[in-house]
Amino acid sequence: MFGFLLRRLAVLIPTFIGVSIIAFAFIRLLPGDPVELLSGERVMSPERHAQISHDLGMDRPIVIQYFDYLGGIVTGDFGSSIVSKTPILKQFWALFPATVELSFCAIVIAIALGIPAGMIAAIKRGSIFDQGLMGIALVGYSMPIFWWGLLLIILFSGTLQWFPVSGRISLMFFFKPVTGFMLIDSLLSGQKGAFASAISHLALPSIVLATIPLAVIARQTRSAMLEVLSEDYVRTARAKGLSPFRVVGIHALRNAMIPVITTIGLQIGVMLAGAILTETIFSWPGIGKWMVDSVFRRDYPVIQGGLLLIAAIIMFVNLVVDLLYGLINPRIRH
Amino acid sequence: MKYRLTLAAALLSATFFAGAASAKTFVFCSEGSPEGFDPGLYTAGTTFDASAHPIYNRLLEFKPGTTQPVAALAQSWEISPDGTVYTFKLHPNVKFQTTEFFKPTRTLTADDVIFSIDRMINEKNAWNKYIAGGSWEYAEGMGFPKLIKSIEKVDDLTVKFTLNRAEAPFLADLAMPFASILSKEYADSLEKTGKKEQLNQMPVGTGPFTFVGYQQDAVIRFQKNVDYWGTAPKIDDLIFAITTDAAVRYQKLKAGECHLMPYPNAADVQSMKADKNLKVMDQEGLNIAYLAYNTTKAPFDKPEVRIALNKAINKKAIVDAVFQGMATPAVNPIPPTMWSYSKATKDDTYDLDAAKKMLADAGVKDLSMKVWAMPVSRPYMLNARRAAEIIQDDFAKIGVKVEIVSYEWAEYLKRSKDKDRDGAAIMGWTGDNGDPDNFLDTLLGCDAVGGNNRAQWCNKEFDDLVKKAKVTADQGERTKLYEQAQLIFKKDAPWATIDHSLAVVPMVKGVTGFTQSPLGDFTFESVDIAE
Repeated sequence: MFGFLLRRLAVLIPTFIGVSIIAFAFIRLLPGDPVELLSGERVMSPERHAQISHDLGMDRPIVIQYFDYLGGIVTGDFGSSIVSKTPILKQFWALFPATVELSFCAIVIAIALGIPAGMIAAIKRGSIFDQGLMGIALVGYSMPIFWWGLLLIILFSGTLQWFPVSGRISLMFFFKPVTGFMLIDSLLSGQKGAFASAISHLALPSIVLATIPLAVIARQTRSAMLEVLSEDYVRTARAKGLSPFRVVGIHALRNAMIPVITTIGLQIGVMLAGAILTETIFSWPGIGKWMVDSVFRRDYPVIQGGLLLIAAIIMFVNLVVDLLYGLINPRIRH
Repeated sequence: MKYRLTLAAALLSATFFAGAASAKTFVFCSEGSPEGFDPGLYTAGTTFDASAHPIYNRLLEFKPGTTQPVAALAQSWEISPDGTVYTFKLHPNVKFQTTEFFKPTRTLTADDVIFSIDRMINEKNAWNKYIAGGSWEYAEGMGFPKLIKSIEKVDDLTVKFTLNRAEAPFLADLAMPFASILSKEYADSLEKTGKKEQLNQMPVGTGPFTFVGYQQDAVIRFQKNVDYWGTAPKIDDLIFAITTDAAVRYQKLKAGECHLMPYPNAADVQSMKADKNLKVMDQEGLNIAYLAYNTTKAPFDKPEVRIALNKAINKKAIVDAVFQGMATPAVNPIPPTMWSYSKATKDDTYDLDAAKKMLADAGVKDLSMKVWAMPVSRPYMLNARRAAEIIQDDFAKIGVKVEIVSYEWAEYLKRSKDKDRDGAAIMGWTGDNGDPDNFLDTLLGCDAVGGNNRAQWCNKEFDDLVKKAKVTADQGERTKLYEQAQLIFKKDAPWATIDHSLAVVPMVKGVTGFTQSPLGDFTFESVDIAE
């Protein structure tokens, strides 16, 4: 197992360097000079432009800039934002818990609804339930997140006023963040109503972010279940006279879950992509919105630092998934 | 079951509370995050709304609702006859805010003024580079490092600025947000503890509101400054709920989650006006959108060609299509709300036959040209692509073929100022200080060619007038000079002036005391909410 871990880690290093090169190079391939954007319509003199480029280290050869950047990362220095001038790592850690909290709730919703929906569709194959659920899943999968989010806001926040429009908690509540996770911090604050407020703010963005993964999980569960339900051992289990619950819930589901778990793992990357739009619509102060804002401002250090940190997280999650496979199925270790 | 009911009740109560802010808490759904809290370092209005206006004051400030600089921290001033020495008498007993992180021991003095301005213009000042990569863009843009020769303390409450040359807009410059006055005592204490960056993160000023906290990209909280030297604010707490999407801001306003919002979508304004719980204020913005010909390139080097093309542009159609009527067609290069606006200027009337004839008389046949469309939405031009399409359509009617080009914004800014640029570029400007010089010399002066002067237009007669006005102290005299300059501008037509947009501010009915600023600032010093 230790050798397996080492092998996986050894693969991570070139991957990380590759991602750092891509993040660094791609941003510089984009047209647009960040120094130009600093002044907007107010043109700065060529001397001033040169001075600022120099101060930001952007007048040096690109290879030197890259190695400087890599050197910084090794020592934990991801640089500072060109716009706000604050260190990137500090900003990242301030915003990351919000994204984790949102993604976690979304994946819980997606799993809690997606798996039962997929199971029902498989068991009632060809029925109105199956066609209805899979139809809804297809619509969910194809839903443009931005439009979907606005629709929910207009209906549930604007018209019905059941949920707040945006933000993480009612502005009535004010406490210093301890963990950065609003659900936990609201409980720690001891302020009455804070936790409920945090949940009500989390509801709509979580539903929006959960929509695509939910559809994917439901469809995957259905097809995996259908495959498993036609296996001999399921027929045998039925023939033995086991209750339908035991046949489906214990024998079939456990085996059908293997591809579903893989899918859930893959949805984490999808979640981070979805979070970019969801956070923008709901003014959710997470890393997705942070990245979008930075792209518009051509804030190079933030875009490349943010990309690298997100990539590192996805690599870490993949590593954990790989290790879990290794634990579950020893054949994979070799 | 019981648990489910409890949760539902809790959700309902939270939703209710989310909608009902306490009586004297004012919530502003701001459009973006501030870049920082030291106004000298930045140029964005979003940043100034969250820093310069609530937290700080300046020597002079713009009288609410106008662009006229009036006394603020400076209660009076004298200008030497040659216009190069400005002596300011400071308001006595102005206290800096007391916060959790700083307790001031003295009131405002000349030292604070010197500290605040000198750090921007003096590279040797220990605070000139206190933030890595930080630069003083506005001070640079207004030419302060070259303009200001020295700043001296005459006594604790008197400070003297000596300039290298006379500069009539200097008082207006000092009223701009970047020239906010910070506490030297606070800066000194941060320097001692090695926490200089904190000056940009945890601000202390003399303004109407005290900074309480900022949660990145989410909320900024302020409290009434109980020691405020001016008229005390009527609200106790001021909250900026950062909401970047205009449609979401509107929903928040409708749901009562905020009291006032900036920059609505033009398409939403009619329904806002129809909503009985909301009221909408509007005012002509201090801005201009224009189409700048490259006046150094044939055939656009001929004024008659430019005028012919101007006559073919249906500005009314642009205002209707792009702004849903929330703009006015522009005649002069400065907006009508600005002093010295020339009423004598006659606009080029939309007349396709006359345009065709003028082009033919100028010997222009089968003209193909590029029209550059900005890729971003700005207050003065919400959709440049749409405007360009209308122009393309109009020009086709007089036999001019238009190719619309666009680039990523930073690239657009760079390429559109290129002296060899082909065709005509849609651009615009929002005034900084309400002074006509900030439009006429900045955008059309000879020394701005290759820079802000995207028409590359250098007209000696025009330039002499605006340069003379710049060093003339008397406003009446300056007005005459600028009026003449506008007539020359129109005669020579380096631009097609397109529109001045209306700034629209929707708010809930109970809000009183809000004054719209022509400069687009959002200030809440005198705002109140009906109980």
